[in-house]
Amino acid sequence: MTADEKLVLQKMACKVRMGIIEGTHGAKAGHPGGSLSAADVFTYLYFKEMNIDPQNPKWEDRDRFVLSKGHTAPGLYAALANRGFFPVEDLPTLRHIDSYLQGHPNMNTVPGVDMSTGSLGQGISCACGMALGLKHQGKSARVYTLLGDGEIQEGQVWEACMFAAHYKLDNLCVIVDNNGLQIDGPVAKVMSPYPIDEKLRAFGFHVENIDGNDFDQIETAMNIARATKGQPTAIVMKTVKGKGVSYMENQVGWHGKAPNDAEYEQAMTELKAQLAELEGK
Amino acid sequence: MADVKKIATRDSYGKALAELGAEHEDIVVLDADLAGATKTATFQKAFPDRHFDCGIAEADMICVAAGLSTVGYVPFASSFAMFAAGRAFEQVRNSVGYPHLNVKIGATHGGISVGEDGASHQCCEDFALMRSIPGMVVMSPADDVEAKAMVKAAYEHEGPVYMRFGRAAVPVFHEEGMKFEIGKGEILRDGTDVAVIANGLMVYEAIVAAEELAAEGISAMVINMATIKPLDEELVLAAAKKCGRVITCEEHSVIGGLGEAVCSLLSEKLPTPVKRIGVNDEFGHSGPAAALLKQFGLSAEHITETALEFCKA
Repeated sequence: MTADEKLVLQKMACKVRMGIIEGTHGAKAGHPGGSLSAADVFTYLYFKEMNIDPQNPKWEDRDRFVLSKGHTAPGLYAALANRGFFPVEDLPTLRHIDSYLQGHPNMNTVPGVDMSTGSLGQGISCACGMALGLKHQGKSARVYTLLGDGEIQEGQVWEACMFAAHYKLDNLCVIVDNNGLQIDGPVAKVMSPYPIDEKLRAFGFHVENIDGNDFDQIETAMNIARATKGQPTAIVMKTVKGKGVSYMENQVGWHGKAPNDAEYEQAMTELKAQLAELEGK
Repeated sequence: MADVKKIATRDSYGKALAELGAEHEDIVVLDADLAGATKTATFQKAFPDRHFDCGIAEADMICVAAGLSTVGYVPFASSFAMFAAGRAFEQVRNSVGYPHLNVKIGATHGGISVGEDGASHQCCEDFALMRSIPGMVVMSPADDVEAKAMVKAAYEHEGPVYMRFGRAAVPVFHEEGMKFEIGKGEILRDGTDVAVIANGLMVYEAIVAAEELAAEGISAMVINMATIKPLDEELVLAAAKKCGRVITCEEHSVIGGLGEAVCSLLSEKLPTPVKRIGVNDEFGHSGPAAALLKQFGLSAEHITETALEFCKA
């Protein structure tokens, strides 16, 4: 991508991160850590990669995205809102009673959400069903699904991986957000999923290892995924949990905790400074 | 009665899928390495490109079905009741029920008539599990004709459906071409002393029992309640009002199935004495289906005894 294109994405990722902070602060709950680690991939998917139409969220030929790690809904919602699926101003109503922005993605209330998720391990199987169906219909639409590195401890994930390779779902791209932390601590200590790439390769995937907070690497991997035929692709992306907010970075405590008013101010100040710096470029 | 034709409703399921598949290209069928037993192999043979084996991975299969439904297919996902409703309960709840997707679950080998495989495979809890999911239709047919009509109705219904079919061959008593409506019970015999409300293979037992009861001077109403949810409340209330006594019969635990659904309704709207015939709070075990059904009181004989005692009291 050109330097200008990258700058546009970086600025948008900053806005998505602000949306995550607005959402979780407004909710006084939610999961900022894993939303922030994946903010760059959310941005890339919704602003570069996916063939979608915010004016027609149920368009039959669209690409699909399934947030298998459904607890990072604040990140998905922030990307969808900034992309024009619904007003950015609604993000702070996240998790409020009677808000359409449910704590975990709800396909029947949130425009742009392709599958209701939240119970870990199920989204990837749903994505397999979508990919199988679209392929069967001869459509060129693609399906993307994002999993947490803790989530892949769920046995169902590996059932789905077997399925994806068996049915040669080359229209499916499985992304693993390897931020290294889950609720109870480092994934390596709680229940090590490593080596993630070798496991996926053994299950029949083409695997790309990247830095998931680097747009150039994300783009390269997505292009390889699209060009890979006869097997599904997995992108294992190393990321920083809490990326973009200094006091949240690599802190397990920010997995599922909302910033208080003072923390909110600090996070927004930092993100605004990052945006200002990018806008000065 | 001895000459009555017998067919297992799992066979009816396979046949109905193959027939419907010819009419509707949006039907796809999923199985979890049991296509021969669930009879989805009948569909597979006719439409190999629309049958997907998921391997022994029921959790994945249910969610794959959910994904397929979002891109316009009407998936029928099949396994034994124990695994479709039991093992994959949370997948059904969260990926099918909560988003209210158009997924049909065809579960075979329900109840203790599974026989020799024993308790691990004799699912007597599926009605209870599936009833607890908001928006889920839960049904169990009495015979071959009803089973085929039910599969068609399930396809035409928009939303999640759970159907339970049996392994053992059961008498066919419905006329071909019967009209089946989801949520509507069927009065098979009118009566005034006791209303016997049954589903699945217990319906035929109830018909036989009613004849025996007639010989004893007891007038029994027989209702086939193929849809457990949504329950035909109007019919249950009318039958309870007319007879003053209700007996429920099901090849399911007395906890959480048809019996409890009827009791819940009557206790709130028309308190009526009820006797529940079903599998008591215990596991089954290995044995021939017929012997097990008799041993667990799932028989015309037991319905007759229960009704006689009930009507005397």
